[in-house]
Amino acid sequence: MKYMLIMRGNDDAVAAYQELDFEAVINAMGAYNESMIDAGVLVAGEGLTDAKDGFVVEFGGETPVVTDGPYGETHELFNGFWMIEVSSREEAAEWARRAPLGVGSKLEVRRVTDESDFADYADNEYIQKEKGWREEEAKRAAKA
Amino acid sequence: MTDIRRTVDAVWRIDGARVVATLARYTGDLGEAEDLAQEAVAEALESWPSSGVPANPGAWLTAVAKRRAIDGWRRREKLTERYRLLANEQEDGIADEWQPIADDMLRLVFTACHPVLAREAQLALTLRVVGGLTTEEIARLFLVPVATIQQRIVRAKKTLRAASVPFELPDPQEWPARVGTVLGVVYLMFTEGYAATSGERWMRPELAEEALRLARVLARLLPREPEAQGLVALLELQASRFAARTDRAGNPVLLTDQDRSRWDRAQIARGRAALERCDALGRGRGAYALQAAIAECHAVAPSVEATDWERIVLLYEALGRIAPSPVVELNRAVAVAMATGPATALAIVDKLGSEGALRGSYLLPSVRGELLARLGRTDEARSELTTAAGLAANDRERAVLLAKAANLVG
Repeated sequence: MKYMLIMRGNDDAVAAYQELDFEAVINAMGAYNESMIDAGVLVAGEGLTDAKDGFVVEFGGETPVVTDGPYGETHELFNGFWMIEVSSREEAAEWARRAPLGVGSKLEVRRVTDESDFADYADNEYIQKEKGWREEEAKRAAKA
Repeated sequence: MTDIRRTVDAVWRIDGARVVATLARYTGDLGEAEDLAQEAVAEALESWPSSGVPANPGAWLTAVAKRRAIDGWRRREKLTERYRLLANEQEDGIADEWQPIADDMLRLVFTACHPVLAREAQLALTLRVVGGLTTEEIARLFLVPVATIQQRIVRAKKTLRAASVPFELPDPQEWPARVGTVLGVVYLMFTEGYAATSGERWMRPELAEEALRLARVLARLLPREPEAQGLVALLELQASRFAARTDRAGNPVLLTDQDRSRWDRAQIARGRAALERCDALGRGRGAYALQAAIAECHAVAPSVEATDWERIVLLYEALGRIAPSPVVELNRAVAVAMATGPATALAIVDKLGSEGALRGSYLLPSVRGELLARLGRTDEARSELTTAAGLAANDRERAVLLAKAANLVG
């Protein structure tokens, strides 16, 4: 089963991060990543750039509203993720516990859906369509 | 199972191998190291509910196990050099220094897969001490009682002791063969999960996933071994098809009939990257890498028709030369059938049959039946497929073969 470890931080975390020696951060993250690669559990992971480079598209009104970063009133920022393939929920929790994150940061740990989660909807028109989309994608990838 | 049990199991999953490797360096005996680690696990189950899980649980388990070792040796008045070494370290405070050096992990792998052990002992011990599975988990994977796995592990430890197997790396002249044994244990584990030889289910993906995880660990421990990279490439590429290999009722779906949109593209990319790492070592492709290359041909093909069957034939020819086997030859025949037609392929299969290869296996008659069907020799095809069904040990597989025989028209 796959779990996503979603890195989130509040303003304190962002401020603390600015104070840190960037090389020390790279080293700590690198060691953490390497431990998960050595254990054969890491399948994907990315970090995100500063929120000021990003923007938010909000829904609710008649048309979606685009707001540039860093989104003033946001309490928590999504800063990156790891995707790990583990044997149990507890193992996901144990890996999450070991992430080198500081004050104001949290990890949200969520199981990634797999086929079994959609088993009851296999005949749904859109699930069928998605298969078609994925097939197209696969063909494009194969040609590339 | 209580929460603490599950937490301790998760810690063992992550840290078990390194705890045992560290302890074995001191005791010089893998069996003793594993016993000590188990005592530490038992102590964790007792004390963590009140004390909480320590910040560094691996270090905690190692420290407790070392204390037990010293107590035991003191009791037995076995104040040897090893004892003094360990006792000194203990006083120095080991909390942050518990991690084994990389070679200890390799020693662990080589010892768990030592040639003095029977294959099933190697499998159980490797899953236990390298994979960090509990005995119950291993028993579930192999569909045998827990007591059976316990006995296998106890026996494996006794055998290692009886043969005075040192906790050491193989000698240089033994190295290639010993690497082969280690990779073979993981490969066998995967194949048993990938196409179960017995039982009700066609696949046991949990077992295959454990093998894949071990293969990833080995690829990291043996970065200079092309076949370690080849093995992980092969397993990633094979596993990328898991979702498509069974239909909703759990019946097998053969490669040609699979919905390729259900293949895991990210996993295919990981497999191809591993094959590139193998090639980058510049020492050629071994048997695993060649099989990975064949799997890669399928993985990148948009359809059965658009598959590069000629390349697959070439790869099977190369594989047949370095690792000749009737199964490889049979697979070559299947590829030949796709590349040039069923008649040429049938000649290869008939040659295998006349040599008496694969006697008693459903594989030969099932392929022969398919080829005859494509040649329009329906009666012979039906008879071969029925024979194959009678030989298949896996229930699901048997059902598919019988259905094929029944569906032949003419």
